[in-house]
Amino acid sequence: MNIEHFVNTNLIDYTLYLADNALILGHRNSEWCGHGPVLEQDIAITNISLDLIGQARNIYQYAAKVINESSASPSYCAGDGEVTEDTLAYLRDVRQFKNCLLVEQPNGDWGKTILRQFLFSSYQFYLYGAMRSSKDETLAAIAEKSLKEVTYHLRWSSEWVIRLGDGTRESHERILNAITELWMYTGELFLPANYESRVVSAGMAGDVAQVKSRWEEKVKEIFVEATLPWPDEVFQQTGGKEGKHTEHLGYILAELQFMQRAYPGSEW
Amino acid sequence: MNNFSRKFFYGDIPEDKAGGASEKNLKVSAATAIESSDWPLWEIFIRSKQGLDHKHVGSLHAADAQMAIENARDVYTRRMEGISIWVVESKHIRASNPDDAENFYQPAEDKVYRHPTFYDLPDAVKHM
Repeated sequence: MNIEHFVNTNLIDYTLYLADNALILGHRNSEWCGHGPVLEQDIAITNISLDLIGQARNIYQYAAKVINESSASPSYCAGDGEVTEDTLAYLRDVRQFKNCLLVEQPNGDWGKTILRQFLFSSYQFYLYGAMRSSKDETLAAIAEKSLKEVTYHLRWSSEWVIRLGDGTRESHERILNAITELWMYTGELFLPANYESRVVSAGMAGDVAQVKSRWEEKVKEIFVEATLPWPDEVFQQTGGKEGKHTEHLGYILAELQFMQRAYPGSEW
Repeated sequence: MNNFSRKFFYGDIPEDKAGGASEKNLKVSAATAIESSDWPLWEIFIRSKQGLDHKHVGSLHAADAQMAIENARDVYTRRMEGISIWVVESKHIRASNPDDAENFYQPAEDKVYRHPTFYDLPDAVKHM
């Protein structure tokens, strides 16, 4: 194994982690299409979906390029021939997806969807913020472009967390329930996988500990404003980054990949 | 009870339907909890990149001005329609009464001399 290959493998895994996060959360949010609590918010959440799926495309395209250019890559997806953004999204199985567990959690009620978005957008905000100075020019450019969208997602979801937390008794109750259901998936964000640590130490991504402290500061600030307590320490679920997922991801992929699996190469 | 949204146009926004925090509405919203129909209606004005003025593009529901601006961003600027948004709560718009049309607008119809078209422009004046 030569050094270039070693670096590439980690970079490929890391880009897939970033892209899978965006794709899966984008898909989850898209499930609200036509079901939003009011028309305006239906459009807002599906706009965010499209932003995230757009980010996923950019990152998959880059991952596909690195995979195709690197020699002796292990197989990243089913099908023979060139790896593309589409084969990466549609022809990988559950164990090959590296997204964090948070993004694959079911939508639940509006409060849970909002909190999931807030927890993730605040993570993405600081992650991409740091990645703008990545030594990898493509990652830096993708971070720069995506950050404009993420800034809005963070603002939008923060305001909703405050609105629900500091709203009626019922909305407060619902966001508390959401915290109970989702908090156990936040720790994973800041426990770097092996490939992540290597990409970070190569200067291609931001320092995880620094992202964590900024994230905590932001979440605390919003929780205080939303009159929400800081959650108790709970056991943190992990595994997503290594392909060990909750039972929900399989169902997402079954829906997401059905057409390409049933009618390979179909276009419309 | 189904509260279907109804689109109101200028001149036909009755006080009780215009949303907002009038006392009457507050009583209604306490009874029916939070529904979109309890959120006030806002009129949205967008200025396009080339445009000099904000143009009315439609209306939407929102709980407050901040949410109205964000909803407008999501509903009305997703295809690059604009770079500036104004929101005005619909109840604050006062419209002329259609019944006044006769004495408001018809008197101007036979006064074409008010258009500046009855003199010759000197050649030196450009861009008129």
